[in-house]
Amino acid sequence: MDKVREAAMAARSKDVRNRWFLSAPALLVIFVAAVGPLFVMLLYSFMAKGDYGDVRFGEFSLDGWFSVFFQRDLFDDTFGLADAHIAIIWRSIKLSLSTTILTLTLGFPTAYFIAMRPARNREIWVFLVTIPFWTNLLIRTFAMQQVIRNEGLLNNALIWLGVIDSPIQIMYTDTANLLGMTYVYLPLMVLPLYASIERLDFRLVEAGYDLYATRLQVLRRIIIPIVKPGLIAGSILVFIPSLGAYVTPRVLGGGKNMMLGNLIEMQFGGGRNWPLGAAISITLMALVMIALLIYVRNASRNGGGHA
Amino acid sequence: MNIKWISTTAAAAIAVMASAGAASAEGELNIYNWGDYTNPDLISKFEKEYDVKVTLTDYDSNDTALAKIRAGGHGFDIVVPSANYVPIWVREGLLLEARPDQMENFKNVDERWVDVPWDEGRHYTVPWQWGLSGIGVNTTVYDGDINTSAIFLDPPEELVGKINVEPEMNDVLFATIKYFGGEWCTTDKDVLRKVRDKLVEAKTKWLAMDYSVTDKLPSGEYAAVYYWNGAIMRSREQNPDIKFGYPKEGFPYFMDSVAILKDAKNPENAKLFMNFIMDPENAALISAYAKYANGIKGSQEFMPEAMKNAPELVIPAEYENAGEFLASCEPDVVDFYSRIWTEVQK
Repeated sequence: MDKVREAAMAARSKDVRNRWFLSAPALLVIFVAAVGPLFVMLLYSFMAKGDYGDVRFGEFSLDGWFSVFFQRDLFDDTFGLADAHIAIIWRSIKLSLSTTILTLTLGFPTAYFIAMRPARNREIWVFLVTIPFWTNLLIRTFAMQQVIRNEGLLNNALIWLGVIDSPIQIMYTDTANLLGMTYVYLPLMVLPLYASIERLDFRLVEAGYDLYATRLQVLRRIIIPIVKPGLIAGSILVFIPSLGAYVTPRVLGGGKNMMLGNLIEMQFGGGRNWPLGAAISITLMALVMIALLIYVRNASRNGGGHA
Repeated sequence: MNIKWISTTAAAAIAVMASAGAASAEGELNIYNWGDYTNPDLISKFEKEYDVKVTLTDYDSNDTALAKIRAGGHGFDIVVPSANYVPIWVREGLLLEARPDQMENFKNVDERWVDVPWDEGRHYTVPWQWGLSGIGVNTTVYDGDINTSAIFLDPPEELVGKINVEPEMNDVLFATIKYFGGEWCTTDKDVLRKVRDKLVEAKTKWLAMDYSVTDKLPSGEYAAVYYWNGAIMRSREQNPDIKFGYPKEGFPYFMDSVAILKDAKNPENAKLFMNFIMDPENAALISAYAKYANGIKGSQEFMPEAMKNAPELVIPAEYENAGEFLASCEPDVVDFYSRIWTEVQK
């Protein structure tokens, strides 16, 4: 008995060793390319800022971290919350949540529609959804600008139809950011949703109708619980890049309605405050981690959540 | 920007591909300059004359350029910093002492621009263009007095929510400090408090702080701007309703100068370029595109007729003294100013 167990243990430990050996290149890349820069960032966030950007090496300072959330008043030297930073963080969270909800509202029916097509047609629809990815993000954002600007398609159409007399100001508002991000991230919502709706067993839906469930009940009690993994995956895929969005608020927000990405960029450029930029970047990552932890918590509470 | 921007990008891409085919070029030159500021005709003329392949890259602020060059590994030969930034570049040891004052065409530089405070005797830099920040207003929206900073600091009802202000700290702070009767580099807390409070309040009445003026001022999307005169002139050429105003309280002059980087890979070609742009005919090409004055004597006669008496370029005698070149303030003053600016920007 002991011999057998020993042999099994030896085989297992060899197996483990092999696995580590085989994944070493990937681990190395992850370590060098992801953990390394993160470590540099963490280090920079604890240094004093240089006069023209950069940091003063070896000079420890908590100023960067302090000014993420607090500020010293310019004139009377009193301490207070850095309301500007908090406003920007709040705007980023709010806009990212709104984007997630909007893409979900638009993406769910789209994904459902695709999954309802005959199998041979589905791929064409999925293909159509991915077409925007062929174009650079910047170009897509400028295209959005052409649609919503005062002389743009949308306003001109509304004026032509007589709905409004003068253009509605959409550019340079939070609405512009929301529309732009929804447009850009919609495919990221549709694809995972489609993947899980496609696997949905429609006999269950039919059974629901047979038992006199209303459409809403079927949706709430049968469809949504089953496609939940796709729903959550899509929401995460949209929410996280939205939090760090940079191009969209830069082009459509007009430099006035900043989001976190722009605030960070500003610290490395005109703000000349690299430690603060590094500290905000880490704060942003912490936010993402918290969002993911909440997801994992919820998922495990619901018995894994995976269909 | 927008469609025009896309098509220029496409055109640039094609141009790059085309020139990549002509591998016979003797050398290369990598220019790092402000966006929408360099005449393509000037570049192709230089390329033909010296058989050098030029690559142009854009930046949008002095700080962006400074940060990128300081980070190293940029591969650029030439940069075009503004006057008050030149001493920083020199102090940080980023510039090559190219001695343009000993070059053949230096005799063409207007005496006014030789002994400048940021580069006495021009040992490092050559004038590129100079101009000022002023007011541009679409007179169909507002036809009152526009020779005042009040247009963007205390905007009239008609302009609220339709104003674009250049996102350039020094120019905006200068105009605001002057608006409250202060002097540049002041540390007077009473004045600076008013400046901050005013800017924070005024910003809520602005539409944007952006660079796309030559497109959105003529189209009517912006009804007023505080911006650089050349861009406003280009806007006026597309839409004659646009008028230019000189802020009587005080307005900043700027001059951007061409400098060679210390770690340039092609310093000889860069020197050729420096000498090249001090030729009046070539300097006129620079101005013909971006519509700012240059610092080269005799370039006037090669300029387009419309530029010779443009209201944006010929400063009326009554406003001449309101303009000022911004000195570099002491580091602690700069620090204080940038904290005000951060509060405004956020």
